[in-house]
Amino acid sequence: MIAPGTRVRVRDDWPETRGPCHIRTPHYLRGETGTVTRHLGDFPNPEDLAFDRPAPRLPLYHVQFDIRRLWADGTPGADLLVEVFEPWLEVTS
Amino acid sequence: MTEAADKDVPRAMHDMGGVSRYMCEPIDKEPHELTDFDREVDAIRQILGMKGVMSVDELRRGIEALPEADYLRLSYYERWLQAITATLLRKGVIAEAELQAVLGAAP
Amino acid sequence: MTLLETDSGRLLAALRGLLAEKGITDRAEIAERIAVTDAATPERGAAMVAKAWVDPGFRALMLADGAQAAESLGIPMRGMPPLGVLENTPDLHHLVVCTLCSCYPRAVLGYPPFWFKSTSYRARAVRDPEGVLAEWGTVLPASATIRVVDSTADYRWMVLPMRPEGTDGWSEERLAALVREGDMIGVTVPQLA
Repeated sequence: MIAPGTRVRVRDDWPETRGPCHIRTPHYLRGETGTVTRHLGDFPNPEDLAFDRPAPRLPLYHVQFDIRRLWADGTPGADLLVEVFEPWLEVTS
Repeated sequence: MTEAADKDVPRAMHDMGGVSRYMCEPIDKEPHELTDFDREVDAIRQILGMKGVMSVDELRRGIEALPEADYLRLSYYERWLQAITATLLRKGVIAEAELQAVLGAAP
Repeated sequence: MTLLETDSGRLLAALRGLLAEKGITDRAEIAERIAVTDAATPERGAAMVAKAWVDPGFRALMLADGAQAAESLGIPMRGMPPLGVLENTPDLHHLVVCTLCSCYPRAVLGYPPFWFKSTSYRARAVRDPEGVLAEWGTVLPASATIRVVDSTADYRWMVLPMRPEGTDGWSEERLAALVREGDMIGVTVPQLA
């Protein structure tokens, strides 16, 4: 389990380039660093559900990002909360 | 803002967050009432989910698999209908021949 | 003819027929499902917001577990995804989007509106939330920062807006009538008429 306040990096991985897939981690977060704010619960992996495969439950987190770090022309001061599954996160601190 | 501001990444078409080409596009705030077609497709999708015939993630995967030109051409619920039908065919819930037979019959 | 070339109305009729033939569903069940879905409207969410404004206990429950709070008002939540509630304050304004598809708190707000599903809203909300709010003419107090919530997974999110000034002593019903769909997604804030 990743504790709230932990700095995490979203994996810079592109399953889209390797064939049919279904991913709920938006492209704009790949390789970006944010902060876990909350464990939202454990949910079946949508990447498996989409292919009707047995889907293990995975921890799901709310991760906070600074919009200006994602886009230089983003709204100043605004931040972004996104639900991300644990296998997509690497603890950096 | 220019396309050059986008991250140079192999983004899937439906994955639209922050994509530059839409940044200057105004938002259509008109209500756009749903049609009977829209409501029925929505209801069928719910029923198939509740009965375990297909999941919402399978629906999404089917929508995401549409060729870009079709994704942009079709209405929201037309995409759903395409994805539902393709999923049911792939899973063998309905057979291609059955579908073609029904479609071939008089409307 | 390929699937993608098939007229949508004919395809729906064919699918409806095959599903009935196979005993998966029928017209009556579809009609019932449509009626249940149509019954979910933003009035449900507005009733929750108004109650949260007058009842601190309910507000605490709503922020801790939106689905339980909805159920306590008789809103059917069985089989629905978990409902998260985002509280606006003078310092923090929430805006909900689904950049990947159109995840929406349907149990409490009904069908997602057209704009919520549009490419421009989905693309812009995460990068230019200030510009998106300006499309609705929404101006936030200078103290407020914007927090965008991208609904990518299993939760559905609604906003608990701030109660407008000048509504002291109002009944729950009168308060609920102030709350619009957009206020609970964060593109607008409740206004006195």
